[in-house]
This record gives sequence, C-alpha cells and structure tokens, in this order.
Amino acid sequence: MISIRARLFLILTAATGAIWLSAFLWIQHSTRVEVERVLDARLAEAARMVASLVAEHRIEPGAASAIPAAPSVFSADHDYARQISCQIWQFDGALLGRSRGAPVAKLTEAAGEGFSESMVEGEPWRVYTVADPAAGVRVMVGDRLTVRQRLARDVRTGLVLPALLVLPALAGLIWLALARGLAPLDRFTAGLEARGPAELTPLAATPAPREIAPLAEAVNGLIGRVAAARRAERDFIAYAAHELKTPLAGLKAQAQIAARAPDAATRDRALARLEGGVSRTDRLVTQLLDLARVEAEDAPRPEPPAPLNRLAREVAQDLDHLARARDVRLRVGAGGGTPVREHQLLLQTALRNLVENAIQASPAGAVVEIGFVETGRETRVEVSDRGAGFSESDAGQGEGRFRRGSGAGYVGSGLGLSIVRTAAGRMGAGFVLARRADGPGTVASLSLPAGAPGADPSA
Amino acid sequence: MRILIVEDDELLQDGLAVGLRLAGFVPEVVGTLADAGQALSSGAFDAVVLDVMLPDGSGLDFLRGLRTRGARTPVLVLTALDGLGDRIAGLDTGADDYLGKPFELDELAARLRAILRRGDGRARAELVWNGLALDPARMVGSRGGAEVAFSRKEFVILHALMQHPTAILSRAALEERVYGWQEEVESNAVEVHVHKLRAKLGAGFIETVRGAGYRLAAEEGAG
Repeated sequence: MISIRARLFLILTAATGAIWLSAFLWIQHSTRVEVERVLDARLAEAARMVASLVAEHRIEPGAASAIPAAPSVFSADHDYARQISCQIWQFDGALLGRSRGAPVAKLTEAAGEGFSESMVEGEPWRVYTVADPAAGVRVMVGDRLTVRQRLARDVRTGLVLPALLVLPALAGLIWLALARGLAPLDRFTAGLEARGPAELTPLAATPAPREIAPLAEAVNGLIGRVAAARRAERDFIAYAAHELKTPLAGLKAQAQIAARAPDAATRDRALARLEGGVSRTDRLVTQLLDLARVEAEDAPRPEPPAPLNRLAREVAQDLDHLARARDVRLRVGAGGGTPVREHQLLLQTALRNLVENAIQASPAGAVVEIGFVETGRETRVEVSDRGAGFSESDAGQGEGRFRRGSGAGYVGSGLGLSIVRTAAGRMGAGFVLARRADGPGTVASLSLPAGAPGADPSA
Repeated sequence: MRILIVEDDELLQDGLAVGLRLAGFVPEVVGTLADAGQALSSGAFDAVVLDVMLPDGSGLDFLRGLRTRGARTPVLVLTALDGLGDRIAGLDTGADDYLGKPFELDELAARLRAILRRGDGRARAELVWNGLALDPARMVGSRGGAEVAFSRKEFVILHALMQHPTAILSRAALEERVYGWQEEVESNAVEVHVHKLRAKLGAGFIETVRGAGYRLAAEEGAG
C-alpha cells in the first residue's frame, strides 16, 4: 500500500506538471501563430513598398544595388539579420534586381499574387508576390522558413528552461507542505507507537483535526474494548485464584490431619475427605475453564447442525456418574429435534452447568429432567430438579460470581450460573431461573429464539 | 480454649474443626454470619477464626460491627484475599491477626495461642502456677524437670483453670469448654478428668469450691 504522503506527492506533482505542460503548449502555439502573422505582415508590407518604389520610378529596375537592405527589426550582427530577401522580375522572365544575399533562383514559381511557399536552393521559403502590370514587374519578398522555426524554437527554449529549473523546486515545496499538512497524523501515530501494551487509557483529549477525529474515536473505542477485556481477564484470574484457594486450604488441612492423626479412624476420615475434596476441586477447575472458554468465544462458527436433543443427551451421559454418585436419576424428555447450527459448545457448556447444579441440589432418589419446549417463536431447553431451590436472596445473587447458594447440600460455587449467563449472552439466548409450580424445586430454562444464531427451526 | 470458626466451605470447616481439636482447642463451626452472631451472643468464645467471603455478607463488615458493639474477643481473619491491601484492611478493621489461605494448621494454632496469650496479658508461652509450667503448644506440663503428659480433655480443663488461676470455674463452664456442641457430654466427665489431674499433679493442686466449681490452690509461699 503506497503511503498517503507519496500518493499526495505524486498527485500534486503530476497535476502541477500537467498544468505547466498545457500552459507551455498553449504559449508555444499562440507564439508561433503570432510570429507567423507578424512576419507575414512584414513580408507583404516590404513587397508593397518595393513595388511602389518601382512604380513611381524612384529606382531604376536593373540597378539592384540601389535596393536598400531589407528592413530588419534586428541588429546586423544578429542571427536574424538578412532575414528577408527581395527579387524584382520582369513579366518576360528577366531578373531586374535582387537584394544583397538574395538567391539568384526565382523565389517562387507561383504565377499569382499573395503568399506562397516554395523550395529555393534546397531551402523552404515563404514568399509574398506583388505584380505591377503597369510597370511590367513582379516583386517577390520572402524569408527562410528555417529562420521562422528557429525563432519559434528559441521562444520554446525560453519557456522550457525556467520550467525545468522551477519544477524541482516546486516538488520540494510540495513535499514540505505535505509534511506540514500531515503533521497531525504523524503526531497521532507517534502517540500510538509510544504506548506500552498495558497503557490502555484513551488517546489524549486534544481536539484532533476533523479528518482524524473519527479515526481517533474508533481507536479510543477499540482501546476501551481491549481495556474492558483485560479487566475482565484480570478479574477472572483474581477470582479463579481466590475461588481455588479455599478448597486448597481445605485439602491442605485434611492432608495435615491425615499426617498427624493420632488414630486410624481420624486418618481414614481425613483421607476420604481429601479424595472428595480433590474431585470437587477438579469440578471447580473444569468450571473455571468453562468460564474462560465461554468468555473467549465470540464469533460464531458454522458447525454441522446437530439436533438439540442429541446435544442434551451427550451432556446427560457425561454427568451420569455424578448423578449416580448422588443417587439422582437423569431423564431427557421427548422432542428437541431442532437443529443447532452454531455455538454448540456454548450450549452444551451451559446445559452441563445447569444439570450439574440441578444434581447437586437434588435430594437422593430424585429425578433431574431435561425437557424441550418448541413453539413457533422459540425453542426452550428446561432443566428441572426437586431440590430445595433458591432463596430470595440467592435469586438476585445467583448471577454474581462471588456468591454461593446457601441451601443445604448445595456444594460447589456460584460459578455455574455465572457460566450459564455468560454463555446465554454469547449465544443470544434467554436464561430464566424459576421455582417449580408443582412443589419444591427449580426450573432453569434456556430459550433459543427462532432465527437466532443458535437454532434454526425452519431447516 | 473455645474457638468459633466462621467458614462456609464444608471441607475447610471440617479440616479446621478436626485440626484445631487435635491441637488442643475446642472448636465450634458455623457457616454463616447470622449463625456466628447467634453463637457469639449465646456462648463464651476465647477467639474467632473468621472467613471474609461468606454467603450472607463480608466477614470484615461483621468484624466491624462486632468491634463497634465493644466485643473484645480476639479475631483471626482467615481468607483467600491475602494481598497486602487486604491484610492491612483486615487488621485495621479490628482483626488481631490475619492468615491467608491455604495455611499450615500448626501456624494457625500458634497464632491463635499467641492472640489468646496477649488477650490474657501474658507474654510467656507457658502458663505457670505452683511450680507447674504448662506448654499449650505441646499440651504437656513440666514440674521440677519432669515432664507431665495430659490427655486432650485433661489439658483443656487444666488450661482453662491456669488461664485465670484465682477464678472459680463452674462444672457447666468447664463442660462447655471440654465438649463442643456436637459432642455428647458424659455425666461426671469433668469430675473424672479433675480426679485424673489430681492424681498427676497432687491432690491439692485443684480445689473444689462446694456449690460453685473448681479453682487452683493458692501458690505456696504466697499465703
């Protein structure tokens, strides 16, 4: 990509050059026309002057030496001296006289009066002829075309030379003007280049020129988004570290108890607790990774469509061991044939967390059900459990990552709901947590609206 | 030494309770600030181990409220937020000590002993009375160069008596110290342990104050 500076320089230089060239061509043309006109007029005037002298017998034809030197506007030693030649011919073809330096050959064979062009002694001439029938003479005055051409060339040279000198200077001036004109852009660039990777403050509020202002705004917008993403990342890391430290402290305490237990019963109990704690911490790490993945995914990639119920069944299979361990049954309902084309991973992550929460909240022997509701407008996945549900205060706090459910038996952090909410946001899906209408328990529903990127019921 | 543990993580709750009991403390565990408030108003605790992030609020806010109401119970804040700023904020809020997660049980026990000692106005780690030096860190006593070993419950009773040597402690108060809420109190248990202590330390070391409870005998030579 050619730089703006080079592009402007080329355009300005070319435009200036073109203007100069056309001016030059125009001046050259008009100069030539004018020179022709003036010289022609002079030829005609000189011919008529000589003819009148002959007619009034002021000079004797034949005394050629008496004819004055051709009138010239130029001094004698100039290139253009002796430019005009004159011949006086009798009608019968005898040369009565000629000016000094005039060729001996007839200047023109043209019979009539007026202008004509001819070749004399190998040179092109322009001749004006005046015939005087009364005196029986024909007066011819002519000049060499080469001289005319030299005149035109000299004028042309006079124009081109200064142009050749001025054009480089002009180019230099254009370059300097561009540098000055583009200075705000340079400052803008330098300001951006001087930034460190962590420097995510908006660009200085000094008013940018109108042309750069939209660019500065766009850059500030990007900086804002990057800063927000970094903040979220930092928050996430701090949160993850914090969330992991508590179970780690528990594990460490249990390990120390196992090491110094005074009796076998205490030791065995601590070891059993250790094992349970490790699998719980493992689940927590999985959730943290889920959250990181859910937050990282943005642009939907088209995937081979998979029916919603198959995705749900996969999740149920993955969590079967957890359900068994807690003596909870998992049931996937009928329907759910809607193909999911995008964000399958997000959908499964959200579902897994909902089902996991439901299993954790359920009493032994209960059933956790994954159901599907398909209307023309949307497709809903509902995860219902028979747990104690959430308290009023949990309902508001459930989404905050730093909160946990306080219900008895609700093991695990409040991460699950946070993951579901983030994933739903990324999918453009709705998420509602509601109490069961028919007794204790919770219904968590994810709604993928028809036409949303998540689902496409028309296919 | 009754310790109230305010921690919502099940695994850590259990670890703290078992670990501190092994170290000679009598811990009680609650999971929320509401329960903690109730426990503190209904029972005497020598110290509180307090988590910061609890389901029903911030432990530091709870601590501030506690100090505003004039409660002097030593509080050790135990939390995953162990940045310098967090530690300073915790101590300035009224915490007596601050320990980041994860931690060593031994260190937690030592810090608890230290804040208890300072609370009692002592600087020496051992409790000394009538020629007996009781080492709370090792739960052993020494007398005339000979080491005297105690069971956990004997240690708890002896420690309670030696903390305030001239005070009379009722049987109920001693029972509360020896047994947490979770433990079944055996009848005559306190008498049994006092009897065993007298066998180890001499019959006159602990006096029975009829109708009131127990106290240590006055120091020999002090009158």
